[in-house]
Amino acid sequence: MLNTIKQVFRSPRFLIGFIIFALMLLTVIFYPLFVKADPLAMVGNGNFFKPGTYVNVSETVTANRYTLNVDVSGAAKLDRQLNESDRSKMADWLIRFGGVDEAEIDTSDSVALVELWKNNYSPDADQPGLISTDKKSFERLDKRIDEILSSSGIIIATEEEDGTLTESETIDETSYVNINDLATTQTFVLGTDNFGRDVLTELVAATTTSLRIGLIAGLIATAIGLILGLIAGYLGGLVDDIITFITNLFTVIPSFVILILISYSVGQSARGVGLVAMIIGFTSWTWTTRSVRSQVISLRNRDHVNLSKLSGHSMFRIIFTDILPYIASYVVMALILQISSGILAEAQLSMLGLGPATTKTATLGLMMNWAMQYSAHLNGSWWAYFPVILTIALISFSLNLMNTGLDQVFNPQLRD
Amino acid sequence: MKGFRKYYGQKILWYIFTLIIAVILNFILPRLMPGDPTSAIVSKAVTGMTDATAVQKVLEEYTAKFGLDQPMIVQFWEFLKNAIRGDFGVSFSQYPREVSDIIASSVWWTVALQLPAIVVGWILGNLLGALAAYLRGVFDKVLLPVFLFISNVPAFGMATVLLTVFAVNLKWFPTSGGYGFDLIPNASWEFYSSVLEHYCLPFLSIVLITIGGQAIGMRSMSIYELNADYVKYSRFLGIKDGKIVGYVFRNAMLPQITGLAMSIGTMMGGALVAEIIFSYPGLGSTLLSAVTGQDYPLISACTLMITIMVLLANLFVEIIYGIIDPRIKAAQQD
Repeated sequence: MLNTIKQVFRSPRFLIGFIIFALMLLTVIFYPLFVKADPLAMVGNGNFFKPGTYVNVSETVTANRYTLNVDVSGAAKLDRQLNESDRSKMADWLIRFGGVDEAEIDTSDSVALVELWKNNYSPDADQPGLISTDKKSFERLDKRIDEILSSSGIIIATEEEDGTLTESETIDETSYVNINDLATTQTFVLGTDNFGRDVLTELVAATTTSLRIGLIAGLIATAIGLILGLIAGYLGGLVDDIITFITNLFTVIPSFVILILISYSVGQSARGVGLVAMIIGFTSWTWTTRSVRSQVISLRNRDHVNLSKLSGHSMFRIIFTDILPYIASYVVMALILQISSGILAEAQLSMLGLGPATTKTATLGLMMNWAMQYSAHLNGSWWAYFPVILTIALISFSLNLMNTGLDQVFNPQLRD
Repeated sequence: MKGFRKYYGQKILWYIFTLIIAVILNFILPRLMPGDPTSAIVSKAVTGMTDATAVQKVLEEYTAKFGLDQPMIVQFWEFLKNAIRGDFGVSFSQYPREVSDIIASSVWWTVALQLPAIVVGWILGNLLGALAAYLRGVFDKVLLPVFLFISNVPAFGMATVLLTVFAVNLKWFPTSGGYGFDLIPNASWEFYSSVLEHYCLPFLSIVLITIGGQAIGMRSMSIYELNADYVKYSRFLGIKDGKIVGYVFRNAMLPQITGLAMSIGTMMGGALVAEIIFSYPGLGSTLLSAVTGQDYPLISACTLMITIMVLLANLFVEIIYGIIDPRIKAAQQD
């Protein structure tokens, strides 16, 4: 036994798969110990906030200020504040209405561009073909450029009792705040989702639930497959014919369809995480049945089994001591594959709107479903769906690697 | 030839029987569940619609169609008679369209997308897998992990990634639909080119997924065959390498064909969900809208349609297998 385990761990594929899977398991176990926040708490007021650290604005005003002699005015500031589309808008106006030659304009040089703009732009210029909203947007852009150019700093005012505002202080352009001084920062490593939930925390919780679904589905499918395969293979005859026939039927009738029919029929209210896992398990046993049956058939007439029969051992004893140990490795491999396909099945069901109908837990499929429903893939919110896809792919990849590694150890013919 | 006829006759009979079982399951599964959709149809139909005449029409139609007051076996008979005529009733969510009409307009999109994609992916995957097994070395070392990873990316994940990269960021392809939203299907070049443009990404995502899985299977099959005694013997005889590769390829192919037959259902399930990402007007998107619209007749028709497609694909693969595998021919001639 120990020797087999040693051999298994010497297979590089198994090892890589095992390390990836173990790392994910450890994350899933230890992350909630450090981050105690409710994974489904709606932190963000709005959808799809970008990943990053969020700093409380009013706190930065009152926090301890440091003056750093870093160039924040001039070119660097213009570069920072005028984005790609602003610049191309400016260039566009200058060419069309400002009479500037296209060759003169270089949108990457913001200082020269702004100088050209200040020399040529006038809101009263004749702008044929522009609707008034466009004209206004150019005026606003001009105003913004003026604001950027006048580096007067931002004025903080306090409201007096009679409602008038008096200037209390001015924040210079060179003022900085140390982020470590701030008490109320919030870091969203993977941003927030459509409900304003922290994606990373939710992802960890969802991975836990999905792994559990995979495990339940895999155990059920493997148990059914094992029992049916053992009975069919060992007993043979009519029982075998019937079981093989049913197995063949359900191999051809797509389990995806049966999954949809059952999931829809049990209704929204009943469809919890456990039930979905069970439905997946009950529809995916055919592969295991087939492989266990063929293994048992090849074992059935071996000498040690016949010897047991002659000794008058009961059927259960023969199955448990003479057959099961020989097919144990296959059963484990089948279980590994079932877990990964169970997780995938949950994700696909959820994408169709037939996943666990619960707001209490997150699953990988539900996260994906919500991200798609809120068009995260079209509005560039990659953090809401890409980590989910990657997690599903990595779970399935690591489990499959472990499976092929095991296969190579137990099937010497496949070794490279 | 007589032997072949017997072989195919048995196959076709078996598939007809499977189809009957599938139809029975399609009928009976929803009715056995606690939240039986057909008996809830009346209340759903009333709450789902605001148009009084629509409510009346659906109520009458479904009481008559399902024979809700009659015993199960009579209901099944009615269901079967209607299904054979292609009559699945009126859709709830897209009233007053007939379910058969909705299915007819979406099924061809799915067939035209998935059938070529799976076939192309299967052929490319097998060629690459055989090549990796034959060449070994760097080609194998690089390709194998890549394929292993790709084959584990879910189809909808691949679809989303391709969509983000090629449609949203690079803007090479449109983001959704089966043709330009400003076009009406007609037989013009403009329409066809738009269809082709929308076809590329969904096609590519299914092909890539299929390649990954098939290449790995074919690679290990070919390695297994390359170590077989007949290969060594052929080498001793001095038979040219190209010819030996031909033998090996043919032998390694056979289990791959069986594998295709067994996994075609799973593949199509994945591809249907990938369709949703692209809002492709096929059965996948129809199924999604049916589920969100609580449209039981449409769901039932969709699942039946998917089953029939998978069964037909399987039957087709088995017929091809009978032609290719010499052992079947030999067995039939005895």
